[in-house]
Amino acid sequence: MVAPPVPESAQLPEELSDRHPEALLPTPTPLHLLDANGREVDSRLSMPEEDVLLDLYRRMVVGRRFDAQATALTKQGRLAVYPSSRGQEACEVGAVVALRPQDWLFPTYRDSVALVTRGVDPMETLTLLRGDWHLGYDPYEYRVAPQCTPLATNTLHAVGLAHAATVKGEDTVALVLLGDGATSEGDTHEALNFAAVWKSPVVFLVQNNGYAISVPLAKQTAAPSLAHKGIGYGMPSVLVDGNDAAAVHVVVREAVERAATGHGPTLIEALTYRIESHTNADDAQRYRDDAEVAAWLERDPIDRLERYLTARGLLGEDARAAITAEAEGLASRVRAGMNADVEVDPMSLFQHVYAQPTLQLRAQQQLLTDELLQEAE
Amino acid sequence: MTATLGAPPAAAPVTMASALNRALADALEADDRVLVFGEDVGTLGGVFRITDGLAARFGDRRVFDTPLAESGIVGTAIGMAMNGLLPVVEMQFDAFAYPAFEQVTSHLAKMRNRTRGAVGLPVVIRVPYGGGIGGVEHHCDSSEAYYTHTSGLRVVAPGTPGDAYDLLRAAIDCPDPVIFLEPKRRYWSKETTTLGAAPLPIDRAAVRRAGSDVTLIAYGGMLATALEAAEAAVEEGWDVEVVDLRTLAPFDDDTVAASVRRTGRAVVVHEAQRFGGYGAEVAARLTEQCFHHLAAPVLRVTGFDIPYPAPKLEEHHLPSVDRILDAVARLQWDDQVEPPRKGY
Repeated sequence: MVAPPVPESAQLPEELSDRHPEALLPTPTPLHLLDANGREVDSRLSMPEEDVLLDLYRRMVVGRRFDAQATALTKQGRLAVYPSSRGQEACEVGAVVALRPQDWLFPTYRDSVALVTRGVDPMETLTLLRGDWHLGYDPYEYRVAPQCTPLATNTLHAVGLAHAATVKGEDTVALVLLGDGATSEGDTHEALNFAAVWKSPVVFLVQNNGYAISVPLAKQTAAPSLAHKGIGYGMPSVLVDGNDAAAVHVVVREAVERAATGHGPTLIEALTYRIESHTNADDAQRYRDDAEVAAWLERDPIDRLERYLTARGLLGEDARAAITAEAEGLASRVRAGMNADVEVDPMSLFQHVYAQPTLQLRAQQQLLTDELLQEAE
Repeated sequence: MTATLGAPPAAAPVTMASALNRALADALEADDRVLVFGEDVGTLGGVFRITDGLAARFGDRRVFDTPLAESGIVGTAIGMAMNGLLPVVEMQFDAFAYPAFEQVTSHLAKMRNRTRGAVGLPVVIRVPYGGGIGGVEHHCDSSEAYYTHTSGLRVVAPGTPGDAYDLLRAAIDCPDPVIFLEPKRRYWSKETTTLGAAPLPIDRAAVRRAGSDVTLIAYGGMLATALEAAEAAVEEGWDVEVVDLRTLAPFDDDTVAASVRRTGRAVVVHEAQRFGGYGAEVAARLTEQCFHHLAAPVLRVTGFDIPYPAPKLEEHHLPSVDRILDAVARLQWDDQVEPPRKGY
């Protein structure tokens, strides 16, 4: 019994044409707009407008200053822990600036700079890390979900929120941030699959910074690139230079537009590097060479855009001074904020476990109240 | 006067499966924000047919099949609830809900607390649970203790068709996440009732049979067995009260303790394993709250501490009327102290 021959003229139905493998694969090399020296290169991407480039630069400088201030606070013992995103500013800023006010951001614990870029109050950003509470801001105020610590779990929340927007007929896109390590988690797989099947308005941005704490990418995946994973879900994927803020911004903006116009999700892998250790509690010298770090410092995202803007005459001394002043102002507000001792009401332990505290929680609250009164006496 | 309002709907025989189906249909009808989704819940109507006809009636935007991934189902339900919808999701069987455990414990249960009340997640997770239907492995777990031990969740387990309707409607209306455990051995049990006629609040236990000698505490699939045992106990001369917990978390201390203070004796019954089981919490609470009213230690009748057995052996594992009566007999009716069996 021989299978009937497939006619040579057979074509995929029209509706499947956007699932052609070629249409889904990332480019073999990362898309970029600027080389490491800040020179414009040939690219299928169009360079963003000048005011956008200046905005990206300004926000990266401010973000890095915030990051440095937070790291300094850990060294002084005033923040319990801080996972730095130094070196990843092009991803943090480039992506968030591409969001519209009605869109949502689903960040991880390493994305504090993305939060600050989105407009979350810097002190509210640090609430978790200084140990006041698990979250310092109202997610609905900024359309920023809580920073996700159990890796990849936020990918599903983003898909659900975006799908709900579709059900309700709202024009809302969800941008979810994840790292290279998180792509190994089952939830990432489920989220990519759900989003593709539902054509949800979601953008997945994988910041591939080379390490999941100490584990390098080679031990994380055998895929040609993380972006190649998209094809398995029928999802278009993009590989982009994650230290090129202009390129990251453009590819995320394109993906947001695709999502907003009913064309479904996109998987973006941004190649970048974690300059600092995993957190202040980690020691990266145990698993990587200084030479590797030094090579990536040469590819610094801020220097790159600065060279381009300077060469084009777009970044004069006045502009530079104003940006520096803004960054220092933020850092000083953070220091002042840390000096203000926040009183955390112990009674808040019981208030929001349920919409209304249960009888048992009321009794437990009374127990703590009595203990505190006794201590005060 | 009442005649002008028309006759009240007549009580009719209804199975728990059809009562649950009616509850979902009525909730979908009442509120556009309600969505029903999961594996096979669309065209097929669910493997137990609880969602039968809902996709056809309400459309595939509101009632739909998902890819086969439980963490994905709960994780996306969380996102949908964040965006103002009221998802009611189905886990196909008890043990198949475990892949969603992280989403349930780390996110669904904690979101309201970590956001200081800003983000509530009114999600209902329906879980057909428990044994007694001859199911093969992974299809008969009683997983309630995993959920009742998780702060931020409400855990509900109806025991009758009428209550299944009321509790599911209340769960969907509840601003907190609810794990809704459906005793699959009772899906086809019938009750003559008028659905929704006189619902009890979600967090109250109910005295299903009044008695003066001993309180049997049961829920879900064990309620019928406890009631049967109470009837059989009449021949032995015991007047048995049966309390249906309905909601396992938060626990209705008042109703249960009041009953035990009246009777002075109590037996907790559940299918789930004994060690670290839900009955241990009930027994501990009653001991703390009713010690001076108790004539005997609170006993537990439970499944054994074994993985759920194969169909041919499950009858030995599940609490039976005889095993419940045997426990009642050991409640120190004479002055002679007879301790509970050692090591059981």
